Amino acid sequence: MNINLTLIVQMLVFIALIWFTMKFVWPMVLGPMDERSRKIALGLAAGEKGQQELAQARERADVIVHEARERAEQIIEQAQRRADDLVEQAKGSATAEGQRLLAAAQQQIALDTARAREGLRREVAQIAVRAASKVLEREIDPSAHADLIGRLATQL
Amino acid sequence: MAAEQALTANEYIRHHLTFLSSGAPKGVVDFSIINLDSVFFSVLLAVLFGGTFYLVARRATAGIPGKFQNFVELVVEQVDGQVKDTFHGTNKLIAPLALTIFCWVFLFNAMDVLPVDLLPDLARGVGIEHLKVVPSTDLNVTFAMSLTVFALIIYYSIKMKGLGGFLGELTLQPFTARNPIVKVLLVPANLLLEIVPLLARPISLALRLYGNLFAGEMIFMLLAALSLQGFSELSSVGGWLAVFAQFVLGLVWAIFHLLVITLQAFIFMVLTVVYLAMAHEHH
Repeated sequence: MNINLTLIVQMLVFIALIWFTMKFVWPMVLGPMDERSRKIALGLAAGEKGQQELAQARERADVIVHEARERAEQIIEQAQRRADDLVEQAKGSATAEGQRLLAAAQQQIALDTARAREGLRREVAQIAVRAASKVLEREIDPSAHADLIGRLATQL
Repeated sequence: MAAEQALTANEYIRHHLTFLSSGAPKGVVDFSIINLDSVFFSVLLAVLFGGTFYLVARRATAGIPGKFQNFVELVVEQVDGQVKDTFHGTNKLIAPLALTIFCWVFLFNAMDVLPVDLLPDLARGVGIEHLKVVPSTDLNVTFAMSLTVFALIIYYSIKMKGLGGFLGELTLQPFTARNPIVKVLLVPANLLLEIVPLLARPISLALRLYGNLFAGEMIFMLLAALSLQGFSELSSVGGWLAVFAQFVLGLVWAIFHLLVITLQAFIFMVLTVVYLAMAHEHH
């Protein structure tokens, strides 16, 4: 065991190796490691942000769905009201129409009755004249008694 | 195994402790020779570490990482966390330095878990007589690292505090006085108290790693020496027992050693970071 030139050579080798490690190995290993931790941090942040946005979107969606539901209820209510109105209106107009028809029919009936009564009156007058002539056994001059017959007919 | 040569345990271990040097050392300090095996394996492991991490890092993606990238990122993140726990300033050097130290020392130490005779015997096959495969059992290697760290400690101390601040830290504490003359008189005592811990840092760094790994390797050698006589003794019960003991004890020690090699690499790294963090601090 003795101290010799190996000492000097080894120092040079050691220094060279330190230099190499410092120049190449260390930064090249640590660089990607830092880069990776940066990426992971970014990824985590992005994930958190995404989650927040999702929650916000969900809230917005809830609000929209709520509004839509209210609108729908409003629309249904309006429609119901409109339908009721329509039915009401239809009922009104149908009643009026019925009454109109009834009135017309009644008028017609009255007219017909009057007309029938007129015919009947005439026939009754004639029958009465004929009956009277039979009773008198002679012709009654209708023209002479037209006035009398007419008065009789109106009394029937 | 060296059965044919009938080595004694003593010779076997001595053989294993001999470096593949470029020449015979003349004295304890001799800068004319070099340990080829230490340099070869440490450079090989440096290339293994640098190459693997570089290739993985080059294809690193910020998306889903692959298995290798995961592994590399795990190591880098651990080291980075350790550094950030200890050192709160901004310094582009400390974290990569810590990563380099941890991985490199770990790989040095991991060579210890290879069968103690595997690579030396292979080397002998191609005509290389001696081969020490664990670079951290070479004082030159551990001191090379700790002295580099020491130089960085001095550099950052002066850079952060200025030369005056650094020298003041060495000479004006822990004993302080209002009177300038007493202050000057206290300088030697302060210097002695401060310089010893300062110098102890690189020495303890280097010796701790060296001592642990040297001892670990030595245990492996002793266990291997149990069945040194090898095949010639397989006829006897004792021979079989020795082989069995080497297997069981070797396994137990190797498993325990996994902890030691990781821990030592970790300690070297953490202490380096702590020392450099202290160099940045103002008192």
